[in-house]
Amino acid sequence: MIRRAFPFSAIVGQEQMKLAMILTAIDPSLGGVLVFGDRGTGKSTAVRALAALLPRITVVRGCPVNAASPADCPPWAKVCCTETEERQTPVVDLPLGVTEDRVTGALDIERALTQGEKAFQPGLLAQANRGYLYIDEVNLLEDHIVDLLLDVAQSGENVVERDGLSIRHPARFVLIGSGNPEEGELRPQLLDRFGLLVEVGSPDSIDERVEVVERREAFETDPEKFAKKWEKRERVVRDRIIAAREQLGAIRKPKAVLRDCAALCMQLGADGLRGELTLLRAGRALAAYQSDKTLNRDHLRAVAGLALSHRLRRDPMDEAGSTARVSRAVEEVLH
Amino acid sequence: MNGVAATDSMEHAPWDRACLALHLLCIDPIGLGGITVRARAGPAREAFTSLLDRLAMRRISLHPKTGDDLLFGGIDVARTLAAGKLAHNPGLLSQGGVVIVPMAERCSADFAARLALSQDSGMHCLILLDEGAEPEEAVPTVLSERLAFHIDLGGIAFSEAAWPGEPDLREARDRYRGVVSAPGDKRRLVELAACFGIHSLRAPMLALRVARAHAALSGRSSVEETDMRIAAELVYPHRATIAPQRDDQEQTAPPEDSEAQAENGNMDSAEIPDDLIVAAVKAMLPEHLLDSSQGKVRGVGPSGTGAGLRKTGNRRGRPLPARPGRIDGRNRIDLLATLKAAAPWQVLRGTGIARHRKVVFYPSDLRQKRFEEHSDRVLIFVVDASGSTAVTRLAEAKGAVELLLAQSYARRDQVALIGFRGTSAELLLSPTRSLVQAKRCLAAMPGGGGTPLANGLHASAELAMQERRKGLTSMVVLLTDGRTNVALNGAADRAAAYDDAMKTAAWLRGQIANGVVLDAANRPGAQLQSIAQAMGAKYIPLPRADAQQMSAAIRATGLG
Repeated sequence: MIRRAFPFSAIVGQEQMKLAMILTAIDPSLGGVLVFGDRGTGKSTAVRALAALLPRITVVRGCPVNAASPADCPPWAKVCCTETEERQTPVVDLPLGVTEDRVTGALDIERALTQGEKAFQPGLLAQANRGYLYIDEVNLLEDHIVDLLLDVAQSGENVVERDGLSIRHPARFVLIGSGNPEEGELRPQLLDRFGLLVEVGSPDSIDERVEVVERREAFETDPEKFAKKWEKRERVVRDRIIAAREQLGAIRKPKAVLRDCAALCMQLGADGLRGELTLLRAGRALAAYQSDKTLNRDHLRAVAGLALSHRLRRDPMDEAGSTARVSRAVEEVLH
Repeated sequence: MNGVAATDSMEHAPWDRACLALHLLCIDPIGLGGITVRARAGPAREAFTSLLDRLAMRRISLHPKTGDDLLFGGIDVARTLAAGKLAHNPGLLSQGGVVIVPMAERCSADFAARLALSQDSGMHCLILLDEGAEPEEAVPTVLSERLAFHIDLGGIAFSEAAWPGEPDLREARDRYRGVVSAPGDKRRLVELAACFGIHSLRAPMLALRVARAHAALSGRSSVEETDMRIAAELVYPHRATIAPQRDDQEQTAPPEDSEAQAENGNMDSAEIPDDLIVAAVKAMLPEHLLDSSQGKVRGVGPSGTGAGLRKTGNRRGRPLPARPGRIDGRNRIDLLATLKAAAPWQVLRGTGIARHRKVVFYPSDLRQKRFEEHSDRVLIFVVDASGSTAVTRLAEAKGAVELLLAQSYARRDQVALIGFRGTSAELLLSPTRSLVQAKRCLAAMPGGGGTPLANGLHASAELAMQERRKGLTSMVVLLTDGRTNVALNGAADRAAAYDDAMKTAAWLRGQIANGVVLDAANRPGAQLQSIAQAMGAKYIPLPRADAQQMSAAIRATGLG
């Protein structure tokens, strides 16, 4: 059933998308990535590849919320095992049309009926703790589920108060949504709450497209061999992510660069302060990834589009897309 | 080899094409994904589905409403309760096989997403039976995009659907693994896809596999020109979004494409790669593409476009009494109601093997929660502001509408206002709850000119359709004197005007839930009555009515 995932480093092009995912792996507090684009552009492939790419995590065996130590296991789970094991970072798929019960967890009907016990059955949020939650076609998901997800993603805790249950458990995960904007818009309130936005398209050169087809073909003919071939590059990226995570706190943020952040957001008229914060954090994560010690303008320039293009007020008079507006503002402010 | 496979020219009749696609699918059912079969149920489709046996895989038939518990497995409630311990049943999709989906054009986005997910797991071959009657009804792209083939069996007579000879599939399968393709082949397929405006990279990958399968089927061990052509003909036509343009017409290509070319200068020269193959694929493009050369006509949406509107189901809204149900992963069990249902029987049931259990449930006790959610209503006022009405009745009409506005405001309905006069209709007020805005708009409505009733009906039907997509129910209140004298095309022709009005009214009927026609003429006429009938609305003649009387009449119909 489980097929080997296509290696992350073997994805052709789509640098912005890959960068966005790496940045959230370095700093999960960035708050999720939204990937907008056509079908067949490698969105799902990239997300599924993450699980294999990211450093493995240590979890208590049998713990439903992937706790790192027995002390962190929620009491309701009644985990008696104290052994830990290493596991891949969880990447959980959230299908369309999923019920709220399935997402948050609910009363365990089976146990209630057969044993007359009141027990909690953890949902997808518990499974995704310390990992990633992937929603394909997020723009088609029912609004109340999206609200719920964003709430939990932000607070890092899932609180279930229903059916006579009162349960809370940690749910710290990075939300990755993907969708095709032609098929339905995402409300601006929700857009704003995703940290980074990437717009992907099919590669526009024939050579790149041929490369995609060739790599995919090679992968499907012999997944093991293909994975081995890319193993080394995967490890390089993984090591850089681990190193960047350690570096993250030590990155210096000069006042001048903070001023640039603010100036950029003001120039664009981005609502609220989330824009500045995300820009700063994304810049910092990038600096750490490039093993720089100080945040500088180049970092901001590289992540401005990712962090800001979905936070602009819609300007009906401006024909240019939001990405173009961001790069214009970047040129004006960070000349 | 066999005649079917080795046919060199692709002057294939649709039926041969279908059989060839099926045989190719037999060679690599998982890798090629499957087939979309567009045909109404009939002898040709019957003949085709009976050929599916050649796939030699387990057949699983699903319908678009199959629940999660059946698809992916879940608790077997009957066994669980009988045995007193947990029993699971395996899902239909937990084993590999051929998944057949009839009525695939009615797939909801949810169902399509689940199937796509299982398709990605690489165990299934999907046969979508698309029974769409209208061109707009099509299988969800999220699914059809993953399948190599699309065949149309429409218009194939039973006599043409001859039983094809079976090629040696086993041998072809063995050979398939070893078929080699020239290094340039991938590039050619990618270029071809690009020149038909196919953005997804799944298409060239599928085409490459089809080419190899065709080579294997024809008894060759390397891909040749014929294989490439047939692969392109089978995989590309239904995915094309543009018909390839020659150099001088390049500018007329849709924007996204010209953008792509602008960024990569050398693409132009590579744009039209193989004239022969391009011509072959071009010959098979669906008609609408050649007409307009504008892309993405069919099946843009995420769900099957024949699915109808999605009503928010049983998860939100005002709670209703629980009713017997089962655990299928989508609805919620009402535990209290279930307990209540089981309680009276405990004494009787607590015997035999169930003696040691505290509470004994039977599957029939299960109660599921239900919720009711009303969709909002839009009241569309279609007001005749022509000269003939304006003279006598427009002021009264405005008064009536204002009264209705106040009532609808109290019910949190939305209102919209369409006025028609002269040669056209105009949406004066988009659906809103703002009473002030509606009043202002109404007061400013000018009068005078001809009576283009058909235009008014047309505009309201369009609005109703638009609102229906948002999940709102539309109701139309038409106020006119019925003296229609302007046809849809703006010509002053009474007979044509009436004709057009009748036709539009019939169309409108399908878009609205309810309607009222208020005849404001001094002498009510039979014409307007038949128009009201055509749009399925209640007809109320209102000679000499004032605003109060009008609104009382509307209220009596249960609308206002």
